[in-house]
Amino acid sequence: MNYVIIGNSAAAIGCVEALRSSDPAGIITLISSEPHHTYSRPLISYLLQGKTDEERMKYRPDDFYQTNHVCAKLGCTVTKIDAKNQKVMTDSGETIAYSKLLIATGSRPFVPPMEGLETVKKQFHFMTLDDAKALEKALGPDQKVLIVGAGLIGLKCAEGILHRVQSVHVVDLADRILPSILDAEAAPRVQKHLEEAGVSFTLGASVKKFKANEAHLTNGEKVPFDIVVLAVGVRPNVELAKEAGCAVGRGIVVDENSKTTVANIYAAGDCTETVNAATGKTQVMALLPNAYLQGEAAGRAMTGGRDGFSTAIPENAIGFFGLHLITAGNYEGEADLVEDTETCYKKLFVKDGRLVGYMLIGDVHRAGIYTDLIRKKTPLASLDYDMLRKEPQLLAFSRTARDAMLAKSH
Amino acid sequence: MKRIYVNEDWCLGCHLCEYYCTFANSGLESMAYALKGKPLSPRIQVEEEGEIHFAVSCRHCDNPVCVKSCITGALSVEDNVIHCDTNKCVGCYTCIMACPYGCIMPATSGVIQKCELCTNNAHQKPLCVQGCPNEAIVFEER
Ligand SMILES: Cc1cc2nc3c(=O)[nH]c(=O)nc-3n(C[C@H](O)[C@H](O)[C@H](O)COP(=O)(O)OP(=O)(O)OC[C@H]3O[C@@H](n4cnc5c(N)ncnc54)[C@H](O)[C@@H]3O)c2cc1C
Repeated sequence: MNYVIIGNSAAAIGCVEALRSSDPAGIITLISSEPHHTYSRPLISYLLQGKTDEERMKYRPDDFYQTNHVCAKLGCTVTKIDAKNQKVMTDSGETIAYSKLLIATGSRPFVPPMEGLETVKKQFHFMTLDDAKALEKALGPDQKVLIVGAGLIGLKCAEGILHRVQSVHVVDLADRILPSILDAEAAPRVQKHLEEAGVSFTLGASVKKFKANEAHLTNGEKVPFDIVVLAVGVRPNVELAKEAGCAVGRGIVVDENSKTTVANIYAAGDCTETVNAATGKTQVMALLPNAYLQGEAAGRAMTGGRDGFSTAIPENAIGFFGLHLITAGNYEGEADLVEDTETCYKKLFVKDGRLVGYMLIGDVHRAGIYTDLIRKKTPLASLDYDMLRKEPQLLAFSRTARDAMLAKSH
Repeated sequence: MKRIYVNEDWCLGCHLCEYYCTFANSGLESMAYALKGKPLSPRIQVEEEGEIHFAVSCRHCDNPVCVKSCITGALSVEDNVIHCDTNKCVGCYTCIMACPYGCIMPATSGVIQKCELCTNNAHQKPLCVQGCPNEAIVFEER
């Protein structure tokens, strides 16, 4: 067997590990544009913050490719997939044949048109290790930073650099921060915490134009800056798959075994669209755990396995300046505001007798018990919901369910 | 592989396992020094209400969703034990979001902590099991 993997991040690594658990002998070739050993993308903000370094950011040990007998072609880009002849072409002129191919090309920054953006000298994205290193060079105590986008990436960037610059101002068109994971009630709590740390915001407005070192916003505000970080959003890298004939919606279309619509081509991670198990609807998830689990499902399927990955849900665990939040699932159905105190905010969402989503801010302990109920679609009638809503705990489960958890091997 | 299992009917709710666990992971030689005047920070926790008591700690799952979800690569499986490289962990708590049993917890150091069956400390065998007065927590193959 000749396995070829395009990409070198969570989805790609998940695939390698699954392949090697059932096929020690097949040839694995991994090709990735980024020249680095596999690293944890989310850690780029922690790198600038000084909480990690390039060595500790490695997603797998130094000998990973060696131990798993992976031929890693790093700093090499696949330019074309020839699905008919089962070959990929690279920018170095190589042609590599595959029996099974994984596309794990991830996503790239999406930049909406903004007048005058081309005149901004110090502009950065915040997606890759190289982006972070380039941004780092520009940082300095006299620098004013404007971050466009108050999503996860923009705000993690703000946290990472705040102590190294004069100021950080964040602008977002949405009326609240983290609009995809927090509702209008929860977002201001987190925003207040970020403001207390020193980050400032303009929400409900976007950049109309950049003029010299000033951003003119749609609400009339003018924000001076030295550095601009563009963190508006990400788009799946689908072009290779599309050209190869794979069905593509917002992301590459895959089934629960990560199979695309073209024979012997699989896709996983941020470049795909997936069924959200909490809603049954298809969406681009763009989260690391899902990327790994999808990549792993691809690896299993390539070696003949059939137990795919069908429990993908949006799930986020993030912290900003010591404040932790965990959210999962979706916010349809009935909202149950369990706690709204100085130290803790907790809202659960129940639909058709099942937990479908939650938001926890502050106290996040044992959140996984809730996550598992969403993934497994456990009927709440089978447990003590009153007990569970107060605190995630195994006491809320039936004795039989608990014995299965604690008295049996998993 | 040998794992920790809990016999709910035999648990007295004495919480000794939490004390032994805190001591085992304190790095100190004396239990008194390890516990006196300090908050307990066990990796095993007793849940209880009325007549029901039982202890919960990492199940060391064969299909560990915490390891697969870990965004940094700090969690790994070493000789069937789920291990956290606290030097790599940044305390994002993705594993806390993922663990179905609620067995991973924040550590006072800012990262996370979990039961590693005492393979990560001087005791080498789970001290909670040795300290359980009623054999409600056992370490065996099942
Ligand atoms: C700052 C930041 C913070 C984040 N924080 C979190 C978080 O806290 N939790 C979370 O769950 N997720 C987080 N994410 C998202 C997470 O990083 C992604 O979901 C995850 O990296 C997706 O993995 P992937 O393998 O699908 O793709 P990617 O990590 O995007 O990797 C794709 C790789 O493919 C390579 N590639 C693309 N095209 C080609 C080609 N044609 N030829 C060769 N190679 C190619 C790219 O160079 C890249 O290395 C964060 C992201 C960022 C940027």
